[in-house]
Amino acid sequence: MNQQMKQLSRLFLLGVVTFNMAACNTAKVESAPPGISPQVMADSLHAVMEADRTVYTKWIVNRLQNEEKVIKASEHWKDDKALVLPAQMFRMGAERVAESGKVSFSYSLISLWPVNKQNEPKTEAEKTGLAEINKTGKSYYTEETLGGKKYFTALYPDIAVAPACYSCHNDHKDSPKTDFKLGDVMGGVVIRIPLGT
Amino acid sequence: MSIAMAVYFGLKLSGEDQSIYLVGETTHGHHQIEMACTLCHKKAFGGAGVLQDACISCHGEEMKLVEDSHPKSKFTDPRNAERVAKLDARFCVTCHREHRPHMSGPMGVTLPQDFCFLCHADIAKDRPSHKDLPFETCASGGCHNFHDNRALYEDFLLKHSDEPDMLPIQKVAIRKKTSPVRPVSNRPLTPLTEAEADASFEMKADVHLMAEWSGTAHAKNGVNCSDCHTVKNQETGLEAWENTPNEHACKTCHDTQVKGFLSGKHGMRLASDLPAMTPNIAKARMKDDAGEKAMGCVSCHGAHAFDTRKAAVDACLVCHDDEHSRAYETSPHFVLFRNEAADSEKAGSGVSCASCHMPRFVHREEGVDQVQVQHNQSWNLRPNEKMIREVCLNCHGLRFSMDALADVALIKGNFSEKPRRHIESIDWAKKRVFEKKKKQEEGRGESSRSL
Repeated sequence: MNQQMKQLSRLFLLGVVTFNMAACNTAKVESAPPGISPQVMADSLHAVMEADRTVYTKWIVNRLQNEEKVIKASEHWKDDKALVLPAQMFRMGAERVAESGKVSFSYSLISLWPVNKQNEPKTEAEKTGLAEINKTGKSYYTEETLGGKKYFTALYPDIAVAPACYSCHNDHKDSPKTDFKLGDVMGGVVIRIPLGT
Repeated sequence: MSIAMAVYFGLKLSGEDQSIYLVGETTHGHHQIEMACTLCHKKAFGGAGVLQDACISCHGEEMKLVEDSHPKSKFTDPRNAERVAKLDARFCVTCHREHRPHMSGPMGVTLPQDFCFLCHADIAKDRPSHKDLPFETCASGGCHNFHDNRALYEDFLLKHSDEPDMLPIQKVAIRKKTSPVRPVSNRPLTPLTEAEADASFEMKADVHLMAEWSGTAHAKNGVNCSDCHTVKNQETGLEAWENTPNEHACKTCHDTQVKGFLSGKHGMRLASDLPAMTPNIAKARMKDDAGEKAMGCVSCHGAHAFDTRKAAVDACLVCHDDEHSRAYETSPHFVLFRNEAADSEKAGSGVSCASCHMPRFVHREEGVDQVQVQHNQSWNLRPNEKMIREVCLNCHGLRFSMDALADVALIKGNFSEKPRRHIESIDWAKKRVFEKKKKQEEGRGESSRSL
């Protein structure tokens, strides 16, 4: 009898544990869909972009052009046999990603004071987001529908990390703003991740 | 009736003559290969995507090299979705539709010429000089191109704004004697004598032929008869003597040049596995007696003499008979060419047909600068502003070059006078920059006063 009771108790315990595990799993599925959330993905992509952009700006362009004066960086880098500007470096990367056709996210660099007018905010999300990140200095997240497709859209402040950034913009003939300084938010990085199928 | 039609079209589909399926005349760019339907229509279904792959397979490399101002990646960015809805520039066929002769304009563009308006309607806000300019003049006025703006962008205009009509040094690049990239064999490139020629006894008896060969860079660099005349049979893999080797033999050493030739209008039919181009199928005006001369390397270079000077003028004028070509020999460019040939002017001063239409270009290969001839004569032909950087600016200032290329009558007369048209791009660029700088300086002055 004692033996039977023990057997029953073990089965009950196993049942409770199994039920609890199943319940926990169900709860997990309900609370967070599997995979990486668009925001985590956008933040991760931006972390890489920002790191590479800062390294190139500080340790290649600013060091070689502004400090050691070894080589210039130029918008017309091919003609002038010069370094690619940090913004061009960023855009070239974005274009290569787009051309690869391997991924569906896209990214770009925009500003309220763009040297090239094509890079001023166009969509409502860009306009609101840029105003917000300029005010708060923090990232901004929203969703938007463009061309019939829904996107998770994230904007991150793009900051003047070195004198090369603000001196070039302040002196550029097409810059609408000529008083940028170190640490200013000069624009924003926009990352778009398509939602749904 | 239906069965009869099905049998008829079925037989046509499998036959060589597929002209029944040609739905409309093709443009000057594609008419030579219009009967090779599957070059563009690689699949029966798939729409613009399939055609796009075909466009890119022939034109993609050029688009990259000319730093296309409107690459596809600009339009795949979702932020430009609104623009794509107006003009789907992700696909070449949005602007360049084939088989629509009634709609085709310059460069095979089938859109109304004012299409820039669709995205740049507010240009006058940023460029007051453009206020009231009709949008159909953006690309037709000599100021902008949709794809290639390497000689037209504002900073380039400014950089070259003060150049005189004639530059102090007027000179085209000199071809390097060592232009073949790959040697024909492992033998040393030592000169060969006529006695060392490895052709048959009968051929060696041809005094004229032997004299032509022995005077060439081929003989001087150890390229013997068998190096060109021994051809491998593609099916059997066996090598045998070939009396009339084709471009495949030339390619062994001159692969860049042959690639260029096959990309242009002289060689595009061969590249498409069609019989060679002949002058009688050209759209441009050709001499009546040029008729059915099949275009290959030797049709311009000659089979054994390979006289590049002849290839640069005489060979062209054997076939080409348009007003511009006919006027060449009365032009100042020809005088320079003749004087260089007579050694009364320095090397690189002559201007032949090839100087402009098959220009020499410098490209770096494994760290070494090579000067080669662009054998794709369509490379810089249209729009003609593509000639500015690689051709005109060797001798002329930018302002003069832009004006000359916009003067249709001047081109017809082969540049025998000064340009009568003036393109205002440089003037406007200078004025805009002057005003901008002034405004910025005033702004800085005001902010320092307020501090």
